[in-house]
Amino acid sequence: MNHGIRLAFGLLGIVAAVLVTIVVLLSFDRPPITAVQRGFRGVGMEQVYNPREVATYLAANQPPELIPSLGDDGPRASEIYENVQVLGHLSEGEFTRAMLAMTAWVAPEQGCTYCHNPENMASEELYTYKVARRMIQMTQHINADYQPHVAETGVTCHTCHRGQPVPEYIWFNEPPASNAAGMLQVSSGQNKATPLVNNSSLPSDPLTPYFEGAHSIRVQGDTALPTSNRHSIKEAEWTYALMVHFSQALGVNCTFCHNSRNFGDWSQSSPQRVSAWHGIGMTRDINQNYLKPLQDVFPDYRLGPTGDVAKVNCSTCHQGVYKPLFGVSMLADYPEFRGPERQATPASAATPAPVLVPAPLLIVPVPAPLLIVPAPGVGPTPTTPPQ
Amino acid sequence: MAQYQNLFTRVQVRGPVYAGVPMTGSNWTRSGKPYFLHFFGVLGDAQVGPIYLGATGVASLICGFIAFEIIGLNMWASVNWDPVQFLRQLPWLALEPPAPGTGLRLPPLNEGGWWLMAGFFLTASILLWWVRIYRRARSLGMGTHVAWAFAAAIWLYLVLGFIRPLLMGSWSEAVPFGIFPHLDWTAAFSIRYGNLFYNPFHMLSIVFLYGSTLLFAMHGATVLAISRFGAERELEQIVHRGTAFERGTLFWRWTMGFAATAESIHRWAWWFAVLCPLTGGIGILLTGTVVDNWYLWGVKHGIAPTYPPVWGPVVDPSLVPGAPR
Repeated sequence: MNHGIRLAFGLLGIVAAVLVTIVVLLSFDRPPITAVQRGFRGVGMEQVYNPREVATYLAANQPPELIPSLGDDGPRASEIYENVQVLGHLSEGEFTRAMLAMTAWVAPEQGCTYCHNPENMASEELYTYKVARRMIQMTQHINADYQPHVAETGVTCHTCHRGQPVPEYIWFNEPPASNAAGMLQVSSGQNKATPLVNNSSLPSDPLTPYFEGAHSIRVQGDTALPTSNRHSIKEAEWTYALMVHFSQALGVNCTFCHNSRNFGDWSQSSPQRVSAWHGIGMTRDINQNYLKPLQDVFPDYRLGPTGDVAKVNCSTCHQGVYKPLFGVSMLADYPEFRGPERQATPASAATPAPVLVPAPLLIVPVPAPLLIVPAPGVGPTPTTPPQ
Repeated sequence: MAQYQNLFTRVQVRGPVYAGVPMTGSNWTRSGKPYFLHFFGVLGDAQVGPIYLGATGVASLICGFIAFEIIGLNMWASVNWDPVQFLRQLPWLALEPPAPGTGLRLPPLNEGGWWLMAGFFLTASILLWWVRIYRRARSLGMGTHVAWAFAAAIWLYLVLGFIRPLLMGSWSEAVPFGIFPHLDWTAAFSIRYGNLFYNPFHMLSIVFLYGSTLLFAMHGATVLAISRFGAERELEQIVHRGTAFERGTLFWRWTMGFAATAESIHRWAWWFAVLCPLTGGIGILLTGTVVDNWYLWGVKHGIAPTYPPVWGPVVDPSLVPGAPR
């Protein structure tokens, strides 16, 4: 008997060791990992990234080929074509260029007829036509009114669409839990592994309350002793889940925005947190005022499991990168998406597009991080893994 | 011939199976015919059984089984009774306490009632096991040190799941039953209450936690190192200072100027272990009831340093005049 038991325990040990090895290999990035110091030394505000993934992210975030400008001379599009409501102030050449660009960004395979009836280009019979017009208005609204978030870099159709009719990173309301629990506990919206919350057991749909609704995100009190802060630990879990989404969507650590010693304190946060705050407002605005009103325009097969319209979150534009397309401004080349009022601004007045990471940096052992600049005067940069 | 090694040994000392000293003053007897198991001999003593169940032991096992079933079946229901998903998602599944709106009322079973019931039976099981440990120690004529050490752990458990939620006026403040969920809860707890690392009782708890491992390593290493002189016979060494512990004492005295004794080292270890959950429980109890933001409390009392600004002033954008809401 004892020999059998020894053998059984031995086998069990081997199986356990193999399982542990597999989990470790699948869960962790192998060293070296690059850490870039951003905050004051000693506070642990570091941006951590895997240098072996840099090339992949760079390749996936190249702007599309530029379509040359066709000149601003001649009659306006609204004088030539029928039913041109939002881009009518463009010259015929610029208007055609905008149409070509949108086709390349949104429907490269489907072509013009994805939105237009070829018999009558002014016809609104296709739902995509109506959606596209509203999306142009939305793009102009973002570029005109959300400067604190998008700055002069701005956004175009390509920022989200990347050559696909439906952007890859959209979201729908989570359907109510399917378990007919009856007398057993009903779902509290958490405790299942979902990529949105990085496979944690945090609430799996923090987007509905915070990005469709406007539930308060702040849970920490601003006094040492209890005064009037009634936020619960469960609320903190929802906030935490939303923050994990930020981190996943931008490919950054918590400390990109926060000093983790006191997450809520603005004076210790990085300026990026202010940008993110405006981004939250922008996301709510887009979902409430641009996407939800299109609910009835979309055909059923474009709607989510509960019949809701597709909505945006941080990933929709950012796609795993802290600045969409690593901060390259396509808007400078397509100023019509600034909106009619702001288009007068000469493109040269806008901040020039930041230079992409120079190619040599990708092959040196310790590359500069992807345009994330270390804080000035805070000691050696970039830090290599501890010796 | 098998050789005695003092890190991993293949020697197992076996006498005839031993039923133990006679039982007195109990309606129960020890049950089970004792036998030897080689694997147990690798870990500890090779003899298995007999075991004394007793009234409290049986009641504790029943209550523990009920709690285990309530938790497990609710977890299983949350994946639609799918056995594969139950196994696959088991680390993520949980039985959650009631929602914050419930306060201290008794909620319906499916809205946290099961959590309360599981908590009741688990608590009953733990307390009955404590009584059992206390009584077994008494009946063997031992001190009750083990029971009181266990009570320190029970204190932390009760603070987390019962006493603090009562003081906060809401069951929702308690910990969910689940593997990852209770870990995520811990992180959320610290975030909500402004960083638990600035809580001085949390600091003390960590001191005693790490201190316990340090003391255990020092003591275990010392005894193993002098086992060639018979140090594993600790009780005799306490009373009759023989070669073994004398050498251990000399080693530490010459290394750091001070040494524990064969007896006092166990007092050190016991107090460190007991103080870990004791101070931790105090820290949890003060969180939310007496202190709402431990970081700001740390600033107020001069334990959180300030650092030079790196980015220039960053201000809450919602406080800027004309800010969008």
